[in-house]
Amino acid sequence: MNRGVRVTQTSTETKEAPAAPPRLLDNRQLRIAAGLVVVVGAAVALMYLFGGQPSGLLTQSLITGVLLGGVYALVSLGLTLIFGVLGIVNFAQGAMLTMSMYIVFFLATEWGLNLYLAAALTVPVMFGFGWLVQSTVLNRVMGDSTHERPLLVTLGLSLLIINVLLMVFGGRPVSVASPVEGSINVIGALVDVPRLIAFGGALAVAVALTLILRKTTLGLAIRAVAANDVGASLVGVNVKRIYAMTFGVGATCVAVAGGLMVSFTSLVPSAGEQFTTLAFVIVVLGGLGSIPGALVGGLFIGLVQTVGSLYLPGSGSLLLVFGIFLLVLFLRPQGLFGAKS
Amino acid sequence: MSATTESPRGTKLPSALPQRTHDGARRQYIYLAVGLVVLFFLPFVLPESSQPVLVRTLIYGIMAVGWNLMSGYGGMFSFGHAAFFGVGAYTDAVLLTNFGISPWIAMIIGAVFSAGVGVLIAYLCLRYKLAGSYFALATFAFAQMFLLLAQNLELVNRTEGINIPLLPEDSWAMLQFGQDSFNYYWIPLLLLAAAVAVTIAFVYSRPGRYTQAIRDDPVAAESLGIPIMKYRLITVALSCAITSIAGSYYTQYYLFVGPEQAFSMHVSTDAIVPAVIGGVGTIWGPLIGAAVVGPLSELVAAVVRNPPPFLEFLQGVSGLDVAIYAVLLIVIVVFLPKGIYGTIRERLRK
Amino acid sequence: MSILKLEGLSKSFGGLRALRDVTVEIPEREFFGIIGPNGAGKTTLFSVIAGQLGPTSGRVVFDGQDITGWSADKVAGAGLVRTFQLMRPFESMTVLDNVSIASHRRFRSTAKSRDHAAEVIERVGLSQYLNKMSGTLPTAGLKRLELARALALEPKILLLDEVLAGLVPTERAPIIDLLRDIHRDGVTVMFVEHIMAAVMALSERLLVMHEGAELTLGVPEDVVQDPRVVEAYLGEDF
Repeated sequence: MNRGVRVTQTSTETKEAPAAPPRLLDNRQLRIAAGLVVVVGAAVALMYLFGGQPSGLLTQSLITGVLLGGVYALVSLGLTLIFGVLGIVNFAQGAMLTMSMYIVFFLATEWGLNLYLAAALTVPVMFGFGWLVQSTVLNRVMGDSTHERPLLVTLGLSLLIINVLLMVFGGRPVSVASPVEGSINVIGALVDVPRLIAFGGALAVAVALTLILRKTTLGLAIRAVAANDVGASLVGVNVKRIYAMTFGVGATCVAVAGGLMVSFTSLVPSAGEQFTTLAFVIVVLGGLGSIPGALVGGLFIGLVQTVGSLYLPGSGSLLLVFGIFLLVLFLRPQGLFGAKS
Repeated sequence: MSATTESPRGTKLPSALPQRTHDGARRQYIYLAVGLVVLFFLPFVLPESSQPVLVRTLIYGIMAVGWNLMSGYGGMFSFGHAAFFGVGAYTDAVLLTNFGISPWIAMIIGAVFSAGVGVLIAYLCLRYKLAGSYFALATFAFAQMFLLLAQNLELVNRTEGINIPLLPEDSWAMLQFGQDSFNYYWIPLLLLAAAVAVTIAFVYSRPGRYTQAIRDDPVAAESLGIPIMKYRLITVALSCAITSIAGSYYTQYYLFVGPEQAFSMHVSTDAIVPAVIGGVGTIWGPLIGAAVVGPLSELVAAVVRNPPPFLEFLQGVSGLDVAIYAVLLIVIVVFLPKGIYGTIRERLRK
Repeated sequence: MSILKLEGLSKSFGGLRALRDVTVEIPEREFFGIIGPNGAGKTTLFSVIAGQLGPTSGRVVFDGQDITGWSADKVAGAGLVRTFQLMRPFESMTVLDNVSIASHRRFRSTAKSRDHAAEVIERVGLSQYLNKMSGTLPTAGLKRLELARALALEPKILLLDEVLAGLVPTERAPIIDLLRDIHRDGVTVMFVEHIMAAVMALSERLLVMHEGAELTLGVPEDVVQDPRVVEAYLGEDF
């Protein structure tokens, strides 16, 4: 990792989060993706044949899993950028998601705006919020060898956001209706239209992020800082500004996520918390800073959770999710799509 | 022990040298004894209604002292101390309700069990060379798994949790007394004092000094002949055992434990934040932090119940206490990274 | 009799062969120098000998015992101690505590280990800094601290990695004297160094490494005349 002391004496070389630049799929990653598709496909086929579940139920949970995975991916995209570029374990990601949903809720109910228009307005607000948090607070705790200070600050930020929301909006669940209600039939499974839109949103955000990182000057600067912040500053990149922009972009991602999810979420101040944890699982699974990794990781975890719950009652399927997380941490800490460091 | 101030070559060494360590440890024990005596009489001067606040503060204190051993002195940042708190809490509840085992014995069994669990988790994390954020995330994941296990295991009554039956009369063996008995305060006070005494003994001992060397630079420590895994695991075991005792006492005081009370992320946070606010890697920091954080909710609640005129708008609002706690955490981490006690100590030294 | 025998030591990192078949025998009480251009594998060699890295193949025999694959702490405990080119003080501790961490190996009691540490600190000339925090030491002081910690283990053989690097000439002389002194007390010394004056003055034998392998080995005066050595260093600031 480029910030902090890199232990180069190899016997105790440690798995510090390496700052991996966000990337598109290369050949090796395509192979991994293909392999994953084959494995998941085979597992699904086996379940249809020998799983002991009615095939209609299985289809429904597969589709639900994919759609849920889309939502997870959406939340994870911003996190993978922040973790990958800044090396910050952002525990406030879920709270920022909740915050955007409440902003959408406020705009939709108080100002009477269309849900998706309100979501669009939330985007610049959250970008500004993320930019402000990074430039006024987090930039002060970056750069020394301890990773704990940024983590503790985002933990505090998470508690602060949740409880300010509680103070302002109270703890009673609220909801916003989507202008496009209803569900459609996809190969024998019922699909909520808003969820389908959210899924499309995840893909759109992934493409947009990739384009930003690949095609724009900002993206170039972000990738440079991710690869080597000292080097980037030597060639004239204002690293602190890029940090702030990156956190802003990361917050933008949750703003989009919040806008797309709010119509099928029972909104309480703690609604986003569960996503923080899952997003970390997905980001580590997919590989730090990897946008396709976040997408694939999201889908995979979504599937594990819904299909797993056919076999493991209650929250048991989450146990499976964390088991996978720990296995990845131990055996393949660079994630599925990360480069081996 | 005779102090050799003469080196073999006959030159006089600086007089500050001899047995600074033992003086240091002895001084800490004296502070501890004085503090204990003062705090012992606290219930006599405070109103009866303050007992829950005092007890909660003491539980925070024990948790933070435990966390601080592993994360502050050992440099292994745990984001999952809820796992060890919860193991203590549940061991106590299960042994008591299923087998009628005295909480005192359950407390010890829980501590041993918790230390074993902690050593296993830490061994895996260290074996696979997880450090920094990854170590924190792995410990966090383990705690989450314990939460999910507790929610799904019949043995611990799933999400409903376990109630400890109320006894008709006082019993030292079963750790139950009349509701306002000072014993409920004195017992955790003594447990906390014991935890601090263990910390002092450890920090000034050879294993403790090794642990701090390993925290500062594991490669250098290893090249000086220190088996780093062994001493790291010793530190983890102590840390988890102490935190587990806080959990066991929690169950006994509230006569209830459920998955959220035992294993939620907020429990881990409650172990971390007092230590961070007071000063990580110091003996007294976690206690000072607990003394700040413990009464915070009650103070804020009092203000919110009956706000002064200029804070009228806060009447009846909930969430303010945690919001203040969060701001305090952020401000301390940003501006006083060594915590309240750590910063003061540093200023005094200069 | 030889105190250290390296038999065909090799170490690869993926495709990179950092050490290739290094075979050397070092007699007791020798002052053994190692030079070579950057990236020649000198530090890797030390790391493999001292147990920070496991070799890909080959054996390390120390004091008649095969220590190949031993962990670093075990190797150090057996009396083979290395220092690091980049100084690694325990920053939260005083100079005295830094050294007494090493003394603890022999003296379990804190007081005794401190007494012993104080003696060693005096020997390396750091007594004035005894109770200073180690992080506040100047570079020359940190170098002495590295030496003191290593000496506190009472090694049979010392592996010194560029102990003179980063020092100005006036700071080097007393350290060179100290190294002589340590050697005179019976410690075998193996050292990697770039400062040629010191290498020539101290080494009894000199190994030149290039691209992970032995280029030549012999008496310093002969070695530096070797045309292959001059060639290896071309383009380096020699």
